[in-house]
Amino acid sequence: MLEKIQLTPMSGSEAVAKSVIQSNVDFVSAYPITPQTIIVERISDLVGEGDTKTTFVNVESEHSAISACVGASLAGARSFTATSSQGLALMHEVLYLTSGLRVPLVMAVANRALSAPINIHGDHSDMMGSRDSGWIQYYVENAQEAYDWVMQAFRVAEDDRVMLPFTVNMDGYVITHSVEPITLIDQTTVDKFVPPRQAKTRLDANSPMTFGTLTLPDYYSEFKRQQEEAMRNVPAVFDQVTDEFAKLIGRGYKNLVPFELDGAKVIVVSLGSASGTIRYVARGLRSKGLPVGSLRVGLFRPFPSEEFAKLVANADVVVVLERAMSLGSKCGPLASEIVNSLYDRPSQPKILDVIAGLGGRDLAPEAIEKLFKTGLEAASNRSGLEMEFLGVRE
Amino acid sequence: MVTLKELQVEELYGPGHRMCAGCGAAVTARMTLKSVKRPAIIVNATGCMEVASTIYPYTAWSVPWVHSLFENASAVASGIEAYLKSKEGGKINEDIIVFGGDGGTFDIGLQALSGALERKHDFVYVCYDNEAYMNTGIQRSSATPEGAWTTTTPVRSHSPGKTGLKKDLVAIALAHHVDYVATACTAYWNDFITKIQKATAVEGPALIHALAPCPLGWRFKTEQTIQMGRMAVQTRYFPLYEVEKGKYKMNVNPHQESLDNFLKMQGRFKHLFQPENASELNLLKSQIEQRWLALQDLCQGKHPTWS
Amino acid sequence: MKKPGWRELPIGGIITQPGTAKQFQTGDWRTRKPVLNEPKCTGCLFCWIWCPEPAIKRGSGKAVSFDLHYCKGCGICAVECPVHAITMVEEK
Repeated sequence: MLEKIQLTPMSGSEAVAKSVIQSNVDFVSAYPITPQTIIVERISDLVGEGDTKTTFVNVESEHSAISACVGASLAGARSFTATSSQGLALMHEVLYLTSGLRVPLVMAVANRALSAPINIHGDHSDMMGSRDSGWIQYYVENAQEAYDWVMQAFRVAEDDRVMLPFTVNMDGYVITHSVEPITLIDQTTVDKFVPPRQAKTRLDANSPMTFGTLTLPDYYSEFKRQQEEAMRNVPAVFDQVTDEFAKLIGRGYKNLVPFELDGAKVIVVSLGSASGTIRYVARGLRSKGLPVGSLRVGLFRPFPSEEFAKLVANADVVVVLERAMSLGSKCGPLASEIVNSLYDRPSQPKILDVIAGLGGRDLAPEAIEKLFKTGLEAASNRSGLEMEFLGVRE
Repeated sequence: MVTLKELQVEELYGPGHRMCAGCGAAVTARMTLKSVKRPAIIVNATGCMEVASTIYPYTAWSVPWVHSLFENASAVASGIEAYLKSKEGGKINEDIIVFGGDGGTFDIGLQALSGALERKHDFVYVCYDNEAYMNTGIQRSSATPEGAWTTTTPVRSHSPGKTGLKKDLVAIALAHHVDYVATACTAYWNDFITKIQKATAVEGPALIHALAPCPLGWRFKTEQTIQMGRMAVQTRYFPLYEVEKGKYKMNVNPHQESLDNFLKMQGRFKHLFQPENASELNLLKSQIEQRWLALQDLCQGKHPTWS
Repeated sequence: MKKPGWRELPIGGIITQPGTAKQFQTGDWRTRKPVLNEPKCTGCLFCWIWCPEPAIKRGSGKAVSFDLHYCKGCGICAVECPVHAITMVEEK
């Protein structure tokens, strides 16, 4: 007999909003920016319908949105915000502050290109611009992942061994606005997985503490070292949380998602939604006998360097689909992490960093196929690390 | 009426902080905490008060206290207030007080303050105004008065000190329909304490614009801080008034002491008494006079004349 | 005295106890100290409310006393005392 599964059609934004309300989030504060707006509208709809304990505050800028979340979190709340592009850039100083103060916020970033020129479509430049801010960064592939990850993000962030904020990155428009069939989780199970927050260190009249002190050169470094330690604890906590989620709910998540890596001579590496198209193309090429595979990076910070290096060890060429730039550097941010990961290996694949999909430029299967083909040719005719642009008109 | 004896003995803003000797802002912080009746939660913007009171591992505060950045104190307070309000059944039990200097209030913090006032969060904003960015070394802010020397409005052949009117913070708050806005100065402790108590009693936002004389920045002797505050009020340089639900009331009627004497006591205005700066001095005086007349009109319920 | 390392410190630069600044005695900043003529003191508490530190304690009796561990010698108390019961004395 066929098992009946309940599927709900939802866009990535709606799925995130639903997940926030279900995850016993106490406080949300946000400011609208395309393509994040639906997340915020849907949350305020759900709050307005009355049976949530979530407080929603509309503020006058993203800087204030995340600041209000920091305040609420320090008062003991589980807090959430969402933004994109310029909003994330405006929050930049607050991102470092949030991590430095060890506030376990979760933020959904609808990844969108940064001005100038102004562009409202998806790429990864916004999050890459703040990648060193001390936040845990996970890039989801679709709306279901976005839904699942808001919950898991709170669990990882709030773990005593971590206490770092977490961004759930989702491609602007492609994930935020595309409607997909979502398997929702019943509230009882969600409550078991991510029960209400019980913050111990907080603003409490019964136990006055001082948050946000000035540290002089004699103390600052020690607090930064603590953040480093927290980041080093993330992989273990990530595994525990995703294992628990898998057991309770049945969907398992990994920091890296390999596809057909056995015997792959060319591997295309990517972040985010393009990974689906890449697997589709890889499957097609494999069926024609071409030795290709793909590797999606889920967890970008902390970057799983050792595991990544092991997975690509036997390839000849790694082609990186890079949806952001690091102007002035030899390669983009994702490729940089890959270079770092491979540095101590005695033999390394060639790395071809392909800048593509900027400002929402579509990555159709034909373009992806070109990546694999270039990769196959690169083994013989390219040097160790090269960067090029895909589909940019001369 | 408040008596000093009835104020709590416990020091919630305690000694060991590193504010300058004779600091007007320190007196302001301490007096504010003496005035509140419920447990206080402080949100402090970056500036003198924050930096000098929380050098790790020393904190002068015996109340829950948070500092995050320069411009977002009001936003952080909004988050704390909204969450605690929802947790405590729609009405918060704590007095949330935001301390910001003139720099963090008039300039960089104005947006966040505007947002918090507009959303009607239940908190009291206390701006301790020492009329410049004192923490970073006496640079001008939009609260620096006409003609004052600061390091970024120096007195040179092509620069007579700061030019331009001081922003009207009370008017800005009133533009947000705030029920209680007042100016205050610790030199008038009874008025100050009463105003803090009135402000905290309001269900919603309230703003206190407190003059905090700065010996180092204004260039006067450390023992003169309270005297400076008193003279600022008595010369009409800093009138003490309050606006309750739009109704203006002058709290202290100045004897109209000599403004010249007051200005001469401060190194930052010394240059105004050179003959070549006479027009600048007169400009400052006429601004003070004009504002006084406008306030008189407002206190009588009349629309202020402004030329 | 060796300062604590990152493993011992509470995270995030948070000070978990109130009023630890009391351990930092600012009294060595001053070059002059306040001296009280006790019989003159009326217990008005003006000096107490205006002391920025505070370095003035309210006594069980009428008169106040100075806490020289913290007094920075600003002189506000001496100037504001309505009965001139306080004198600032240069210290060596």
